[in-house]
Amino acid sequence: MQMQAMATLNVDDFYAYPDEHGRFGPYGGVFVAETLMAPLAELTEAYERLSRDPEFIAELDRDLQHYVGRPSPIYHAERLSREVGGAQILFKREDLNHTGAHKINNTVGQALLARHMGKPRVIAETGAGQHGVATATVAARLGLKCVVYMGATDIERQKINVYRMKLLGAEVVPVTSGSKTLKDALNEAMRDWVTNVADTFYVIGTVAGPHPYPKMVRDFNAIVGREARAQMLEQYGQLPDAVTACVGGGSNAMGIFHAFLNDRDVRLVGAEAAGDGMDTGRHAASLAAGRPGVLHGNRTYVLCDDDGQITETHSVSAGLDYPGVGPEHAFLKDAGRAEYVGVSDDEALQAFHRIARTEGILAALESSHAIAQAIKLARDMPRDAYVLCNLSGRGDKDVHTIAAREGVQV
Amino acid sequence: MNRIDQRFAELKAAGRTGLIPFITAGDPAPEATVPVMHALVRAGADVIELGMPFSEPMADGPVIQHANERALARGVGLSDVLEMVRAFRANDATTPVLLMGYLNPVEIRGYARFAAEAVAAGVDGTLIVDCPVEEGDTLMPLREAGLRQILLAAPTTAPGRMARLCEAAEGFLYYVSFAGITGAARLSVDDIAERVSQIRAAAKAPVAVGFGVRDAASAKAIGAFADAVVIGSALVDTLDGAASADEAATRAHDFLAPVRQALDAG
Ligand SMILES: Cc1ncc(COP(=O)(O)O)c(C=O)c1O
Repeated sequence: MQMQAMATLNVDDFYAYPDEHGRFGPYGGVFVAETLMAPLAELTEAYERLSRDPEFIAELDRDLQHYVGRPSPIYHAERLSREVGGAQILFKREDLNHTGAHKINNTVGQALLARHMGKPRVIAETGAGQHGVATATVAARLGLKCVVYMGATDIERQKINVYRMKLLGAEVVPVTSGSKTLKDALNEAMRDWVTNVADTFYVIGTVAGPHPYPKMVRDFNAIVGREARAQMLEQYGQLPDAVTACVGGGSNAMGIFHAFLNDRDVRLVGAEAAGDGMDTGRHAASLAAGRPGVLHGNRTYVLCDDDGQITETHSVSAGLDYPGVGPEHAFLKDAGRAEYVGVSDDEALQAFHRIARTEGILAALESSHAIAQAIKLARDMPRDAYVLCNLSGRGDKDVHTIAAREGVQV
Repeated sequence: MNRIDQRFAELKAAGRTGLIPFITAGDPAPEATVPVMHALVRAGADVIELGMPFSEPMADGPVIQHANERALARGVGLSDVLEMVRAFRANDATTPVLLMGYLNPVEIRGYARFAAEAVAAGVDGTLIVDCPVEEGDTLMPLREAGLRQILLAAPTTAPGRMARLCEAAEGFLYYVSFAGITGAARLSVDDIAERVSQIRAAAKAPVAVGFGVRDAASAKAIGAFADAVVIGSALVDTLDGAASADEAATRAHDFLAPVRQALDAG
């Protein structure tokens, strides 16, 4: 069954967004305190200039190829596809990147920017720790001081990544305010930035935050979709029928969706964390169950109560446990260009185990949401159709969480 | 005449420096807020800045963050804040009340509805921290209802932009004394004196200085070159732990009275 998204916006060319104010239709923008207006203007100017500079582009391409290990392959999950009995499922293997996730595509770019802007110190927020690790990694390589803010709850459930960051020379600061998860880490990183604007570059890890971050982080991750689109044409002689990705803040999803936005026949489906189930209220599905509001510097869909207070989210996966979402996804939803559906903790875990045993891949819990959605889609599609799934990261970091959930002593 | 404009006109005529205490509505307890507001007026407050609790107070330091958390834990929402202002107005028709907060609660309530309710309750202006002048259209319904939109200016504000803020200023322009969050102790009086004087010369509204003002001495130092001083975290910290509304009111009065005296001693 084709779920018909309700289109409330009419869009001709998705590549015309954002406008110069960082607006994706009614979403996005710059909603920050006055002190941050100057550093954001400085960043926008530097990004617009350097992203057109052939030398910067060549430098970035070199790093992506020789340090990150790009291009990542698309892999045909043949056994899984046969078992499911519908469309062919293909994985875009972002898990094979250095540090194990798509997050490094963005941090390589932002760290280069930081160096060009002469900022000796970088800060980051992290949920699952993948973005923190990716930031600590590039900071080590470029000799930048690195401080990572991480919710105390996430520190507990992503211990391995916390230790990885420390090994890489980063300072990890536990955040104990609010729900002690990703949103609180973002608040704290913003507070650091506002205090240290002169020497500090804030490396945001997803397509959220004030302009230019949603655009910039999308652009740095858009290589995922660019490669995948070319690989599909080259290896399969056609575009995929559907593309799926998990959506936390939305960077891996924007990264793979972006190349297909004007290919209107390609169905784009984002998998949000449905946690204990959409009807339990214990989830993190901002697009599927939230409403337009303003959070962390942009207008987007948020999970909040009738008083406008941001509500606590729930997901087995720390990287999806966020009550907002990048503004471009809000725009794609309202334009009817992408659909966003909830995938529960249990469904994600089932998918995790399934591809571990049929394909020999341990996927991140975040990515397992996308895989579960790919399986659901493929089941109802013909065998000659293709579902392309962004396998955004590897699951080593989640082994303890899964073991604990299943009562196994590691 | 809007009460904020009225009050600043009176201050100017009397040659006095304005005193603007900030408290978070509902902290230390919902029943303490109105008595604390009256106590602040008795101690010499010219404008009351009342914080609307929000779950993500991104521009605030630990003291005001915790005040927000305490207020929310007691169930204080926007309706309660407006009710507190209405109750305050029953016994004080002249002291201006400014609501400070973040955009999302106002957006979710609806701008037109919020504006009408705030005016009816006796609010005189709003300071929405995460709504810079570029996004000012968002707040048009508030402005049209007669609520003064207090803008922030910061040390990082570039000259061209400062000119725009000075031009757009209404009620008063709030100059943030250092780049940082509320409650930090980084005030350097000498550094800001010249900048504030320049802004005062250009701004279409009086200039208040906040962030880092914590006691009589710092208020007096800033008051020497500002139209008004804002004092927040130090007051919120003083109220924390008060056992009753009476005790909170007494603490508020005893905290602010010496600040008033220091300002008036010129
Ligand atoms: C492997 C992986 N996938 C997805 C995400 C979710 O982030 P985003 O929605 O920005 O891709 C994370 C975040 O930590 C992650 O580590």
